[in-house]
Amino acid sequence: MIEFLQQLINGLSQGAIYALIALGYTMVFGVLRFINFAHGDIYMLGAFAGFYTAPKLLSLTGGGPSYGGAALVLVAAMALCAAAGVIIERLCYRPLRAQPRLTVLIAAIGVSLFLENGGQFFFGADPQAFPEIIADSAIELPASWGEFASLTLTIGQLIVIGSTIVLLAALRTIVKYTRTGMAMRALSLNPLAASLMGVNTDAVISFTFAIGSALAGAAGILTSIQQPSIDPLMGINAGLKAFVAAVLGGIGNIPGAALGGVIIGVLEALVVGYINPTYRDPLVFAVLILVLLFKPSGLLGKAEREKV
Amino acid sequence: MKKPKTLLLIAIALCAAASFFTGGINPYYYDILITIGINIILAVSLNLVTGYTGQFSLGHAGFMAVGAYSSAWMTLTFGFVLGTSLPATGGVYLIALFGGGLAAAAAGLLVGVPSLRLRGDYLAIVTLGFSEIIKGVIQNAEPLGAQRGLGGMVQHTNFFWTYAVVALAIYGILTLVHSTYGSGFLAVRDDEIAAEAMGINTTKYKVLAFVIGAFLAGVAGGLYAHFKQFIHPEGFNFLKSVDIVVMVILGGMGSTAGVCLAAVILTILPEFLRTVSDYTWLPGPVRDLAENRMILYSLLLIILMLTRPQGLFGKMAFIRGKKS
Amino acid sequence: MIFPALFFGAWISEVNAGPIRVGEFASLTGASASFGQSSHKGTKLAVEEINAAGGVLGRPIELITEDDQSQAGQPATIVRKLISQDKVIAILGEVASSKSLEAAPICQQNKIPMISPASTNPKVTEVGDCIFRVCFIDPFQGTVMSKFARENGWKKIAVLTDVKQDYSVGLAEFFIKDFLANGGQIVREQKYSTGDKDFKPQLTSIKASQPDAVFVPGYYAEVSLIAKQAKLLGLKVPLLGGDGWVGDSLLKVAGKSLDGSFFSSHFSSDDASLMVRNFVEKFKAKYGEVPDDMAALGYDSAMILADAIRTAGTTDSGPLRQAIASTASHAGVTGKITLDPQRNASKSAVILTIGDGGFHFVKKVEP
Repeated sequence: MIEFLQQLINGLSQGAIYALIALGYTMVFGVLRFINFAHGDIYMLGAFAGFYTAPKLLSLTGGGPSYGGAALVLVAAMALCAAAGVIIERLCYRPLRAQPRLTVLIAAIGVSLFLENGGQFFFGADPQAFPEIIADSAIELPASWGEFASLTLTIGQLIVIGSTIVLLAALRTIVKYTRTGMAMRALSLNPLAASLMGVNTDAVISFTFAIGSALAGAAGILTSIQQPSIDPLMGINAGLKAFVAAVLGGIGNIPGAALGGVIIGVLEALVVGYINPTYRDPLVFAVLILVLLFKPSGLLGKAEREKV
Repeated sequence: MKKPKTLLLIAIALCAAASFFTGGINPYYYDILITIGINIILAVSLNLVTGYTGQFSLGHAGFMAVGAYSSAWMTLTFGFVLGTSLPATGGVYLIALFGGGLAAAAAGLLVGVPSLRLRGDYLAIVTLGFSEIIKGVIQNAEPLGAQRGLGGMVQHTNFFWTYAVVALAIYGILTLVHSTYGSGFLAVRDDEIAAEAMGINTTKYKVLAFVIGAFLAGVAGGLYAHFKQFIHPEGFNFLKSVDIVVMVILGGMGSTAGVCLAAVILTILPEFLRTVSDYTWLPGPVRDLAENRMILYSLLLIILMLTRPQGLFGKMAFIRGKKS
Repeated sequence: MIFPALFFGAWISEVNAGPIRVGEFASLTGASASFGQSSHKGTKLAVEEINAAGGVLGRPIELITEDDQSQAGQPATIVRKLISQDKVIAILGEVASSKSLEAAPICQQNKIPMISPASTNPKVTEVGDCIFRVCFIDPFQGTVMSKFARENGWKKIAVLTDVKQDYSVGLAEFFIKDFLANGGQIVREQKYSTGDKDFKPQLTSIKASQPDAVFVPGYYAEVSLIAKQAKLLGLKVPLLGGDGWVGDSLLKVAGKSLDGSFFSSHFSSDDASLMVRNFVEKFKAKYGEVPDDMAALGYDSAMILADAIRTAGTTDSGPLRQAIASTASHAGVTGKITLDPQRNASKSAVILTIGDGGFHFVKKVEP
């Protein structure tokens, strides 16, 4: 029982990371109807942005690991990733907007391969030790909890889950209550009508990429707090899992992406803990295929009819 | 294409004649030559699925894996049941090639079924998922060498068998899509809903394209396994699938000649890039970058999409997608 | 008559004075690039040292390196190129057993000696009499750690294996075999894959089995995270491992969480021997990092080849193969290397422990 609860906690903290990355997939799909294959690699860029800026930013706040310093690193990585996302969209995806979606998908695969191999070229293929920006340690649970006191909850896990909730709430506010958010929603409903109503399509798409990439960057930092070893290929697996999460929750649907992320994270932890880790990836993909076959719109998505 | 059958026979006779002269070829060039043949089969078969029928697949390497592993397993298990003479083991090899193709076709049937409900990006991701599952199953299958890879196959694949299959594949696909029956493939691609309204059984065509495409990819896998004599699950990963897709796109979707040419170019180009480091007159950073062929490859992919999305040799946009 | 003879003589000596071409194939890019680059750095350093000292047989060694991009299918093509195009006299590579297994049959068919720096799967050298290696094989290293665990009185061991690396699977297999045969108990077997970052599910399960120690025969990139997460989850028993642990980022990532753990290795970089000290210093000067085991093995593979060429006095494949096979007590940075009749390196292992931010020598284990 304790072991099961522990696996749930493990899965939840991993799922939060997936959820943050999945949001980027879902938002871009919402406005552009295409899968940004390079999104997982933006997450990797986020981790490396933190790796290179952390020593300078931490010295601003006294040198050692601190919450203030960590927040600075987080913001810096989010800003850099937002810029990267906007630049990639501007250079590689925007010129292709009138082309069939599959052309853009191939271009996105190209961008993804470029970031991975360019990362190996510029950052080195060896894993790097991510600087300690927050001292991660286990939280002592009160002995009065009985056998539950033997559960392990780390500060890193709490920070990941807490930050994810905050970022989700912020995103929801932006999408629901700002003019840009309204434009985003309009664009995802009907791009032509939206542009006729005076929505600046280019600006809104850039904004969407900025937000989605910033969230991936945040995920990169939050992962590195818990797992301080980063490498240029770290985005491949996380990106694929997050994509599955986005589809599972209903692609284009923001709460769906968060739910999907958590489900995939917990599912993985249970498969690894109780069955066999070698079946983890095949099983995640099997879930994806089953969802697409029986409920292609995902758990929270609305069914969309193909129009002639 | 007046007498395609005669052309096919001539092509196969030419392969047989040419194979008498391959003995003296430098083994490195021979390796490239066979790899070109295998890549042509892969590209042409994916072209049927993606180029002619419009079903986007990112999992072609998975079918190749099924063919490679099942044919290798067959020759390793039954290689000598007919005796140890060359005709006997060669016979088993040919049966294994065919069997590998059939196994892959069965996998193609499995993947073809979701294609009834999905299209575009979704289908791409599902095919990618399927090939990852196939890889995962092999990695867990002890009789197939699991994570260590499978070796010990006899090198049966030679110039003749490779290019005979190339000729058969090209002939088969061309006659199929140019027949009255086969125009259904193009109809599915051009406008699925209209095709359905015209009474074309789109389901049948889509599944058929996947099954035939997978069969050929499986045979290509068998040829590969009995040429390299060692196969490993990682050899059939996502990157391999992307390679094949790029051949089809570079060649121009639905242009068999273009796709063949693209397969030749994309097999030779990376080998050519190996020699770039010898050109000492090039500035160091340029050589460093060329050494890293994957960076060049990804840049090429992006630039190609930006400048000529219809492929180098194609005339039309490869899929007239819905205007979203 | 004199003139043509002179001319001919000059021509002969020019051919002999040309560089000796040695091929190397490695994963310089792609998923296993971190191993490939390490071994390549070591190999390159060795070749540069040899050439600085005047080469072998009065000729410099020209190292021709090809990148297999970590992709299966590439090694076969590359090795064919190196042999038929570049006319190399011997081949060095690869770290991953699966890549070596692909290249080995081709070297064997062409009778070109191949020396693998770090492929530990027993099958590699079984391909034929031209295939050698300079590292231990899995049975030896797995058994060394099992013996060490028994000597320490640990009865219940949990095993955490990297299923993507046959190295890790092999070590675990022989560890378990020896440990069970001697009355030990394996309380839990868990697995992960190279590239994983979150090991809490596996460690949670292992913690529940209450082992005395955990055997983690993986590579440093994952082991460092495993150690860190094990400590966070309150798993306080020592971790045991193999030579794959040695890497630049191991202690940087793991911090103090590996203190009190043990692993077997080829050499200890705080080894007092002049040779190891020299190697570590030169490596640091050239690349700005501490050499890991892959680098040390790459270095030794090139040195053993150079020695064999000197012994054979020629670069012809027959005598050269013979000379490599008779390598005995070669003083390498990874220890005294003798190649046994199965062409595997038989050499001593060292057991190291971790503490105060460094590795410390515990004992030496003879084969």
